Amino acid sequence: MEHSSLAGRIFRGVALTLILIFFMFPIVWIFLMSFQTNEQILRIPPRILFEPTLANYTALISGQLHTAAGNLEISFMRNLFNSVVLSSAAVMLALVLGVPAAYAFARFKFRLGETIAFTLLSFRFAPPLLVLLPLSLYYQELGLNDTYFGIVWVYQLIALPLILWIVRGYFEDISPDIEHAYRLAGHSWREAFTRIAVPLAGPGIAAAGLLSFIFCWNNFVFALILASADKQPVTVGALAFVTASGIQYGQIAAAIVLSVTPTLLLALYAQRYLVEGLSLGAVKG
Amino acid sequence: MDMLELKGIDKVYRSRGKEPVQAVRALDMVVEKGEIVALLGSSGCGKTSTLRMIAGFEDVSAGSIALRGRPIHELPPARRKVAMAFEGYSLYPPLTVRENIAFALKSAQLSRAEVDRRVNEIARLIEIDDILDRYPRAISGGQQQRVSLARALVRDADLYLLDEPMGQLEPQLRAVLRGRIKSLLAERGMTAIFVTHDQTEASALADRIAVMEGGVLQQFASEKELKSRPANLFVASFIGEPPMNLLDADVSRSDGGLRLSAGSGMSFDIADNGLEAALDKARQVRIGIRPQKIAVGTGTVRVKVVSNQWLGDQSHVAGDCDGRMLIAVTQGRVAARPGDIVPFALEPRHFHIFATDGSCIRHAEAS
Repeated sequence: MEHSSLAGRIFRGVALTLILIFFMFPIVWIFLMSFQTNEQILRIPPRILFEPTLANYTALISGQLHTAAGNLEISFMRNLFNSVVLSSAAVMLALVLGVPAAYAFARFKFRLGETIAFTLLSFRFAPPLLVLLPLSLYYQELGLNDTYFGIVWVYQLIALPLILWIVRGYFEDISPDIEHAYRLAGHSWREAFTRIAVPLAGPGIAAAGLLSFIFCWNNFVFALILASADKQPVTVGALAFVTASGIQYGQIAAAIVLSVTPTLLLALYAQRYLVEGLSLGAVKG
Repeated sequence: MDMLELKGIDKVYRSRGKEPVQAVRALDMVVEKGEIVALLGSSGCGKTSTLRMIAGFEDVSAGSIALRGRPIHELPPARRKVAMAFEGYSLYPPLTVRENIAFALKSAQLSRAEVDRRVNEIARLIEIDDILDRYPRAISGGQQQRVSLARALVRDADLYLLDEPMGQLEPQLRAVLRGRIKSLLAERGMTAIFVTHDQTEASALADRIAVMEGGVLQQFASEKELKSRPANLFVASFIGEPPMNLLDADVSRSDGGLRLSAGSGMSFDIADNGLEAALDKARQVRIGIRPQKIAVGTGTVRVKVVSNQWLGDQSHVAGDCDGRMLIAVTQGRVAARPGDIVPFALEPRHFHIFATDGSCIRHAEAS
């Protein structure tokens, strides 16, 4: 990439800046909005300078929403808690099921193997609404409607294919002979899986887990249909800010900032992991 | 004592939608204790499949494998008591070279001092003692291969399997290590099987060589016997450098014996000694003669020289005889240029005679 003239470098700088502004501006704006009152937000023209207020955050954390039409109870903190519980449980379950399955798909050729793997992936192609109607009927029948378990289960449609396919690739990159060498040294097949294959694929498993956590966290429609207020995650909970007396932009912004923070921190933390993983890939000199 | 016995081994790879591939066919082989055996053959001849079946990473499709009298072909690899060095090295990336070598010893619960002693000893022997604290990804391919070899040889096992153990090493180092490994194996009475496609390596390291082709064991014998008494045309032309010269010949009776006519005025009278009985209806044979056994400058076969190479200690003279190529190797220099006509001497006592199906019906006389 060392073939840049001055004009090329300037062009690249300008283009990068434009792209950065385009993608970062909404985030910055949301962040600023979260410290403003509704009146300040709706002022025309909008101003960059304003007197910041923490009212939005206090409202969210205390669960009391003061509007022109009176006080409203909101369960934002409960929703946030639900999001954490649902997403982490879903990812953990998907890891427990998906990592051994990914290993099996990577190491063994068996009848219908590719078909099964592809079917699992195809869940990602289908729009969620396609499965939602029959699912909600089943769930009512099975008594899974409005349970944590029911939502965690349906989240497997999101998390499992991701984990399966990403981790499978990592397992395929590890030479099976490394496990063979370990097994010859007097270890069982299961030990080779847990002590050699899983640690070597660790960065890949972490990446897949992180990605599916974010996808689960951002899911909206499954929980909207299958859960009622006290089991709903933040994505659905944010609907509560569209009130009879108007849309509470300030609170929405604060809610977004709060709900994005955990995934953002997780991503920043795991970034180190991911880079490390890429350099570990070299098995054969 | 029989250390390893392979009986009627078949290996068939089946994959959906494809023809099954028979990698190994009816393999019988007995390896004695303390013996070093080479599996020699070209790529895809079934030698690595055989090794992996002994190690336990491939199931046998038919047949049985016994190690020290106990059947092992249904045991998991961990319980077979074999050590293996892999062609792809397969070192554990998160461990240092030292830890890689010591790994199996630690699982075998040896004392720390004993583990250290053994690791250092083997590391010195194959010249990796200066990289013991590096990680596998920080060392070269040749070094990784030596670490992999050390990891196998350091263990206590009934059988050592080495898959292309020196393919990545420089020639000088290879020659040195071959000698050291051979004496290590001999000194400790270790039984080893290694896979190679390099004849020199096979003859230098192995007591006996198993020549494989198309999944079939062609011959299992010492290097000397493979050369002097090849079981068939494949072994005859595969072993030896440059390869054996081959001539098609018709067989006819002559007074008191048989006459082999190879055309272009090449005909040779030989004694019958039961040869005629082994012929088929076509009464055709293939004559094989080692290049080292053809004398240049005398004899009755006249060839047109195609090339004449002096290799520093021997000459390779290639001659054309009515479209058939004959190669002769002589110890001294030969004064012949391409295009010259020189005589070659082919003596019937040096002939290996093969039937049309490739089996050997008469060996050359021992010289």
